[in-house]
Amino acid sequence: MARISGGIATSHVPAIGAAFDLGKTEEPYWKPIFEGYEYVKEWIKDNTPDVVILIYNDHASSLMLDIVPTFALGFAEKFESADEGWGRRPVPVVENHLDLAAHVAEQLVIDEFDLTLINEMDVDHGCTVPLSLVFGDVEKWPCKVIPLAVNVTQFPTPSGERCWKLGEAIRNAVKTFPEDLNVQVWGTGGMSHQLQGTRAGLINEEFDKRFLELLAHEPEELKYITRLEYLREAGTEGIEMIMWLIMRAALGYGVEEKHRFYRVPASNTAVGHVVYEAKS
Amino acid sequence: MPRTRLYSLDDLDDIPGTKVFRARESRQAYHLHKFCMSLMKEENRKAFKADERGYLDRYDMTDEQKEAVLERNLTKLIELGGNMYFLVKIASTDGWSAQKAVSSMSGMSAEEYAQMMLAGGRSPEGLRSIRDKN
Repeated sequence: MARISGGIATSHVPAIGAAFDLGKTEEPYWKPIFEGYEYVKEWIKDNTPDVVILIYNDHASSLMLDIVPTFALGFAEKFESADEGWGRRPVPVVENHLDLAAHVAEQLVIDEFDLTLINEMDVDHGCTVPLSLVFGDVEKWPCKVIPLAVNVTQFPTPSGERCWKLGEAIRNAVKTFPEDLNVQVWGTGGMSHQLQGTRAGLINEEFDKRFLELLAHEPEELKYITRLEYLREAGTEGIEMIMWLIMRAALGYGVEEKHRFYRVPASNTAVGHVVYEAKS
Repeated sequence: MPRTRLYSLDDLDDIPGTKVFRARESRQAYHLHKFCMSLMKEENRKAFKADERGYLDRYDMTDEQKEAVLERNLTKLIELGGNMYFLVKIASTDGWSAQKAVSSMSGMSAEEYAQMMLAGGRSPEGLRSIRDKN
């Protein structure tokens, strides 16, 4: 049977991807950020999954213009890196695990999540920056990736509570997949940031650090943070943190926190990153 | 499951210096956003840079939206329904960093904004609610 063995959460700031691609990881501005990922780059060598279910948001690269799905599962064989206005990131093609993706898609609909399936799309920095941070500069990603895009751009987004339930449903779906697979769930985006208006540049370290603490130890407390509270406290784009709840719920009740990292700023954003191993 | 922590969507207008992107804005900016997403191809970026006005005229945007694009007035484009994830593609076409683009809306110079971010960013203190002034 398939099992969810662990989870990773990380911000997916595009400027981090650009710094990675342009070889700026040793520059004083970027070095402390990349150092925060040294742990996971070692950890993943011993814990390479067969499949990552990667929760991210599309930043008006493939979705959000003609179609605005709340939850959308990538269902192509492979996904190219999107050209977001400065050329495609020079990273490997993201390859899907279609059997597990089909199983998860079916089980989620049976479990009352009205999922959208995407048969063709490119993936943007939301998906590729976390892969680069964890796996580094590689010729080929060492595992399959099922991208699951969440609408965090057009309000109302799904609630934190709904995201939590989706994570639980993903857990149940994976557990009923007959093949023996090691699966990780990654939650990406955040932490506090706002990219518009005169409130641009908002960072709320206190909110972010409380979120990191509760996520490890009392995650169900986080379910009840409303969308409005995320906007007020963590900025209009800080609401991306609801995607971390999907990851956390998919891991089950207890986790062992292997690593926690927080740093301000990367471009406009507070960077957060955790590594968890599932206990059950 | 109690539903005590729901809120009115009107509350989204209560956050200082913030316009929350909703269904109406999404429709208002549809053609503007279509233009922005066209900049995800190199040949379109070249065509836009070669003749900005002519390129914009291919899209069914309002004149106000076109003017704001020509002026690179992101504050105005947000007022006209735009969302930053679309608009940032204009900035990328210009070779601006996301930080420079975002700073242009902040009422600060790009340098002042960069310094504020290095110092830990903008505090939410006093910027949570217009009504509650906190």
